[in-house]
Amino acid sequence: MKQDLFFDKKIPDRINRVDGRAKVTGSAAYAADHKMQNTVYGFLVGSTVAKGRIKSIDTKAAERAPGVLAVITHLNAPKLPSYTTGKDPSQPPTGGHPLRFFSSDEVFYYDQAIALVIADTYERVLHASKLVKAQYEKAVHQTDLDASLGKAKVPTGPRFEDYTRGEKDGYKSAAVKIEQEYYQPIDVHNPMEPAAIMAFWEGQDKVTVYTKTQGVQATQKSISDAFKLPLENITVNAEHIGGAFGMGLRTWPYEIAAVMGAKKVGKPLKLVLHREQMFTNVGYRPATTQKIGLGATTDGKLVGLTHDATANTSAYEEFTEATVNMSRFLYACPNVTTRYRIVPLNIVTPIWMRGPGEATGSFALESAMDELAYQLKLDPVEFRLRNHADSDPENGLPWSSKFLKECYQLGADAIGWKDRKLQPGTSKDGDWLIGYGMGTGSFGAFRGAATVKAMLHPDGKLILQCSVNDMGPGTATMMTAVASDLMGLPVNKITVQMGSTLLPPGPMQGGSTVTATVGSAVHDVCLALKEQIATLAGKEGAAISKANAQQLKAADLVFSETGVASKTDASVRVSYSDLLKQNNLPVIELTKESKGTKLPYSSYSYSVHFVKLRVHPATGRIKIDHVVSCADAGTIVSAKTAEGQMMGGAVGGIGMALMEDLVIDHRFGRPINNNLGDYHVPVNADIPSVDVLFVNKKDPYLNPIGAKGLGEIALVGVAPAIANAVFNATGKRIRSLPITQDKLLEA
Amino acid sequence: MINFNYLRVSTTKGAVDAIVRDSAAQWIAGGTNLIDLMKKGVMSPQKLVDINNLPLKEIKKEGNKLVIGALALNSAVADNELVRKEQPLLSLALQAGASAQLRNMATVGGNMMQRTRCPYFYNPDMPCNKREPGTGCGALKGFNRMHAIFGASDKCIAVHPSDMSIALVALDSTVLVSGPKGDRRIPFQNFHRLPGDLPQKDNTLERGELIVAVEIPDNKLNKNVHYLKVRDRASYAFALVSVAAAVDLQGDTIKDVRLAMGGVAHKPWRLMEAELFLKGKPASEANFREAAALAMKDAKGYGHNNFKLKLAPNTLVEALKTATGKG
Repeated sequence: MKQDLFFDKKIPDRINRVDGRAKVTGSAAYAADHKMQNTVYGFLVGSTVAKGRIKSIDTKAAERAPGVLAVITHLNAPKLPSYTTGKDPSQPPTGGHPLRFFSSDEVFYYDQAIALVIADTYERVLHASKLVKAQYEKAVHQTDLDASLGKAKVPTGPRFEDYTRGEKDGYKSAAVKIEQEYYQPIDVHNPMEPAAIMAFWEGQDKVTVYTKTQGVQATQKSISDAFKLPLENITVNAEHIGGAFGMGLRTWPYEIAAVMGAKKVGKPLKLVLHREQMFTNVGYRPATTQKIGLGATTDGKLVGLTHDATANTSAYEEFTEATVNMSRFLYACPNVTTRYRIVPLNIVTPIWMRGPGEATGSFALESAMDELAYQLKLDPVEFRLRNHADSDPENGLPWSSKFLKECYQLGADAIGWKDRKLQPGTSKDGDWLIGYGMGTGSFGAFRGAATVKAMLHPDGKLILQCSVNDMGPGTATMMTAVASDLMGLPVNKITVQMGSTLLPPGPMQGGSTVTATVGSAVHDVCLALKEQIATLAGKEGAAISKANAQQLKAADLVFSETGVASKTDASVRVSYSDLLKQNNLPVIELTKESKGTKLPYSSYSYSVHFVKLRVHPATGRIKIDHVVSCADAGTIVSAKTAEGQMMGGAVGGIGMALMEDLVIDHRFGRPINNNLGDYHVPVNADIPSVDVLFVNKKDPYLNPIGAKGLGEIALVGVAPAIANAVFNATGKRIRSLPITQDKLLEA
Repeated sequence: MINFNYLRVSTTKGAVDAIVRDSAAQWIAGGTNLIDLMKKGVMSPQKLVDINNLPLKEIKKEGNKLVIGALALNSAVADNELVRKEQPLLSLALQAGASAQLRNMATVGGNMMQRTRCPYFYNPDMPCNKREPGTGCGALKGFNRMHAIFGASDKCIAVHPSDMSIALVALDSTVLVSGPKGDRRIPFQNFHRLPGDLPQKDNTLERGELIVAVEIPDNKLNKNVHYLKVRDRASYAFALVSVAAAVDLQGDTIKDVRLAMGGVAHKPWRLMEAELFLKGKPASEANFREAAALAMKDAKGYGHNNFKLKLAPNTLVEALKTATGKG
């Protein structure tokens, strides 16, 4: 099997990130880096209550403060022509109403903006913002998921109905079973770059924005809906994003407020959320309480699996995610029941955070699998192999590709799984207890639609254009790798232009779909471009016309940096500059839309994460020694960025497992650790060596390049691997994340 | 942030005069805490008196004492040869604090003067008797995982956040101050105070008194030392519990010992009873455990921080084991 790993295989070069130099030298411009003359600065003033109505708001002092141009509140806000209906398919499948700041006196959550102050400098707007004072008619808020479980309801819409296969709650009759509850707190995306927007209007009906979005077209649509303007009047740019992890998957109220503010003052307006506002205004992974019932025969064949999840949403929208869905297809199991509920709380609406529902769901499912493996006295890997699903148990379809077994084997070898002792607390290094754990991750593999324009210049330079953007994984690098391979061009001859609604339409960067979608579109446009080149090169009287007068095909040619040559006779060749000259063309260009079709297959990416760690039982300290992450993500297109993405997922998973937890003081409905000092994410010293292994086998059906997705599975399954390793080390099962010293010592 | 005036002084007398003259003035040194507090609206001095130009950066021997200037940088002290050789406990404690960037700005005096990191203190919309006397203690019935288990009052259960101070109190240091009434020496254990009914007062300095140096007496405690900081991540986090342990070990016998705890009280928490118990006894896990039990006698949890009642004695035992290599 070893020869199939990418280290030994074709994936041509471990090419460097094509935007790496721009990023490390600071020349890559993020939303707030854009400079325009006469730019003014906005700052949002937040509510100090979590629910109620604004009784009065005093903006006089702020309006009189130096440099202030406007203070927009619900009393004087320009009336927006319309609200979106929430039906935009590019937006989260929410019921309810998207919130519009300043459209009423109603407060739904703490720090909801009650005013937008605009001034000539950032310092002045910050100062003036502190002078806005409001009185509230307070209402009783609710921010505690546990205290509100009685209000749990089935979300609106068809995707979240209760699911049963076989017998309902069939696990109960199994010979060996467990029933346990698992808790995921609120985790916050916290990208390095804060949410930011720069907006400027030309006249009354044309607006351009630079904003932190993972989908420029979705933002364009939201602004179009809000201001009732034709799409072409709105330009949205987001070439570079300093991380997002899902936070940029929708248009937030602050963005609409900034566009409104820019119109009101008639100047370019820049609005950057303060780090504290990043915890209260732009989504998070929702708090979720889960119950798993899992039963098996005495020889370790699953009999039944029931997965219940209840998560919070906001008081004004329904946010949903696929928390329980993995339980339906990951294992061969005849009786499966899943139920998903949501509870409205006075917190801003959640938004998908890396690995979204699956990350939360896999913590419960993969912890429970470990618990049942212990009851069965079975190796957890062996237990999973015995219940491997050879076809999709949810719909009976064959897999388009599945190399999960290979992932188990690769990872187990690399971490030294054979050294794991079944009995917890028996592997020691001095006062430290050693533990091994593993967890499986999965995420749907999709191919959406993308249009790519390719332009070949006389000097062999190729420009690729698509509106898709890159929040960090290396989309431009992936596109370059695909084109380089197909066109026979070196990487430095290829330029990717991306992240603007002025470019051909591409997908949102989310849901692990971009490589499968845009990579395939690049593939398709390059193939078409090669045929076009062949046609030009093979024209009557041209350089490489065929003797038998058949039309010349790309397959007859060798493509290189300098031009094309006949496959049969390398001396018969033409340079791109001559070819274009002969045809009187400045450039050969081609635009092509490319998309997937409905397939008679079920498609998922898979990951298996293995963790070796040590626990100091007396003080509850945990130190992770080694992480091995293995992925079946189809063809690996760009090895270096793919490896980086997997490492980032492991780091995120370590944070989720051991540190991250937005604490809300429910008496006040306010977070108390909404800053990066108190909300902990891992530091370098917390991160061990992370080894990434790819199966790197092509998915033969999903798309022409054979790629599945990678971004989500990099994180899904890491947290249970850590929790399972902690149990293996200590015999303590922590079912509530994060696994901190207090929980370990009190357990 | 409000507008403020800025004044730079270059003598101790000038610094003291500037503060005595103006009741709304405040000294600034490294500013690693004060700037944050000003940004958050927790403190709003109308004048900042910059003392960074004062000649108080020196680290030197005076007789058999080590004297460290109040403006010596945390990183400079941690890396100083004399400190590492004679008072390694201090070096270890400093290295456990903050981040390299912060240690390069923070001063010894400023480190002692830093305010608690209690989240209720930091959020002006929340009740806090330390920030605004009379508004109540938000942490008492709130989220108090990081809070005190020793010496708290119903007015305040915040903890002092410094690591450096834990080592300094263990090492019987003395704080040298200069004020409008002249110079004064304050034993380190009397420098910080318990909250009582006046949680707004962190320490025993009088208005206008400037820390000029810290003095550490000679000791034989430089061989068997350990600073163990248990925290939520490997670096750049405040202590849940920390222990400074320095032992004068002769064979297996503890001839002398100094112990202090951080993250457990409104002041660096010296463990005199535990020290007394251990003196003259063999270094063994059993004795360490007994000493830890003595240290925990008056401890009290407030809910989320109950785990510290287990963590603190275990951390103490662990620190002693590491310092002595015994048990």
